Amino acid sequence: MSDNAAVMRLALVGSPNCGKTALFNLLTGGRQKVANYAGVTVERKEGRFVAPSGRIMRLLDLPGAYSLEAASPDELITRDICLGRFPGEVAPDLIVCVADATNLRLHLRFVLEVRRLGRPMVLALNMMDAARKRGIRIDTGKLEAALGMPVVETVAVRRGGAAALVGQLDGALPSAAAADQAGDLHEQVRAMIAEAVSMPRRTAATDDAIDRIVLHPMLGLGLLAIVMFLIFQAVFSWAEPLMEGIEVGVGTLGAWVGAGLESMPLLQSLVVDGIFAGVGGVLVFLPQILILFLFILALEESGYLPRAAFLLDRLMYKAGLTGRSFIPLLSSFACAIPGIMATRSIQDPRDRLTTILVAPLMTCSARLPVYALLIAAFIPQRTVAGIFNLQGIVLFSLYVAGVVSALAVAWVIKWIRRDKSEHALLMELPSYRIPHPRDIAIGLWERGMIFLKRVGGIILSLTIILWFLSSFPGPPEGATEPAINYSFAGQLGHGLHALFAPIGFNWQICIALVPGLAAREVAVSSLATVYALSGNEAGLQAIVATQWSMATAFSLLAWYVFAPMCLSTLATVRRETNSWRQVWIMAGYLFALAYLASFLTYQITRAMSA
Amino acid sequence: MRLSELSQGAESVVQEVEDVVASDPIARRLRDYGFVRGEPVRLVGRGPIGADPLLVQIGFTRFALRRAEAARVIVEDRP
Repeated sequence: MSDNAAVMRLALVGSPNCGKTALFNLLTGGRQKVANYAGVTVERKEGRFVAPSGRIMRLLDLPGAYSLEAASPDELITRDICLGRFPGEVAPDLIVCVADATNLRLHLRFVLEVRRLGRPMVLALNMMDAARKRGIRIDTGKLEAALGMPVVETVAVRRGGAAALVGQLDGALPSAAAADQAGDLHEQVRAMIAEAVSMPRRTAATDDAIDRIVLHPMLGLGLLAIVMFLIFQAVFSWAEPLMEGIEVGVGTLGAWVGAGLESMPLLQSLVVDGIFAGVGGVLVFLPQILILFLFILALEESGYLPRAAFLLDRLMYKAGLTGRSFIPLLSSFACAIPGIMATRSIQDPRDRLTTILVAPLMTCSARLPVYALLIAAFIPQRTVAGIFNLQGIVLFSLYVAGVVSALAVAWVIKWIRRDKSEHALLMELPSYRIPHPRDIAIGLWERGMIFLKRVGGIILSLTIILWFLSSFPGPPEGATEPAINYSFAGQLGHGLHALFAPIGFNWQICIALVPGLAAREVAVSSLATVYALSGNEAGLQAIVATQWSMATAFSLLAWYVFAPMCLSTLATVRRETNSWRQVWIMAGYLFALAYLASFLTYQITRAMSA
Repeated sequence: MRLSELSQGAESVVQEVEDVVASDPIARRLRDYGFVRGEPVRLVGRGPIGADPLLVQIGFTRFALRRAEAARVIVEDRP
């Protein structure tokens, strides 16, 4: 890396919920690079900005930590980077420690711990606006004297709210903090607060008022149910037009590009049937994922999600999870990939692994096309009990089946481990805040890009492989069966038929399952291809309704509740757990459950309808 | 008495945090969070299922602690 004296390296440290990331966003705007630290799944965020003097500031947003005693990988990294001990990372010239001005009793202790590292540092007293509103008065002069470091006030959610901090950073480098090792940190914090802070009330009156409703045993759970319902309503109704737009757009573009490749049929087939169909199949889920994350980010920034985790912790703990699993599992309803990546917020490694293992049981949006096809074909449009739609009830039951089986699987994992040791919750419930649009926009951008890059890369390569398998070898002269029947994928499908006959799958389904490995929803388009090439002129739904038995349709529905075949998810699990063993365990148990559920569904439905 | 035995809304003062196992990581974490001798503490609320976890105010911060975690915190007896 090209470094010169004009570049200054800053590290941003602070306890969780101090507004550190908002400050980072304010300072750097969109100019951020997100990656992982070498060898660990801890996110590394770096950004840069130019100070008024023209000096380039490189800012590293270190993971939030309550302590430097290194109880978690995050805290270990924060400590080692501040000390310049982390391999591949240069020690920062200056540490910017961020503390929430309304939460100094907790955050000042961490500031003192960082001070013990004996590095040059500055304290940013963040959320000064909220502190003033609550009547909290902080004598920064006294605090500076007591801490022996510059103290500046910031408001990360306001334009120009970091001007004083930038001015401080642009000036002369403060001398290294005194690395005094003696004394009880809590005592020192109490003395500093008594000296420099006047606080009319220990808590914010608004927090107390909101919590009385949100955490109320009855009202709180009711509110959570309403919030969840509204989110799902929005995800499915708002995303619909966007998804159609993407489908049409990709289809049109594919046709246009395909027309240009008319003279090269093989390349045309690869581009249109392989790349455009495959990548389009992924892109189409982006709106749902972004809308779900819009809600998750807004609820997270506002402080509501930890409350939801509080309400659900007991239930999830009984099942072998933790309240903290709530957020990753909620994300998994859009797609298991961001859900699994969100498990990084769970500190306990066993809780994290269990959450990863059950995340694919949440009904992701890729299953919807399959559900929609089969429900429309087999479940009559009928009103039940006056207000409910029978098709809607079936769809809802499939979602519930996923959630219930996730809890059951987590419970079984807990039972197999026979783990009697304690898993900690110890979760801070931060003050309520109005989310800032900039922070949400940056968060959405990051998640969208991660999804597109990872899934796009895997899907793209797999669709090319599967296109090859489905296209070669071509049908012999005078072939009567559909072309895919003679291909490697077709042969594989016929081979698989013996395995899947007991659960009622015909050979067409078996062939569709092969490309469905890359992405679940591809199974529907593959079925359409198989039947279309078989000379069926009617729509897929009509074919399915007339040619399949109800037992086969229900069996396929049950299969998709568990359906292990999503290679992108398995690749993400490999990445996040750094273990092939977990990948095999996940794929194995999902396959076994899918087979068992389909077998029972098929046999029971057949016996009942006979 | 223990923090987990406080009644809802009750206040007390922390005496100490017990280690349940040798160099108990949960106890150390609690001390980092400010559960140290002389600190006023309040049981703000309880979870909806089985009255677990507990919502505890310490310093200027609120934490959700499971009962077993809160039981490590010894507080002054209050009538």
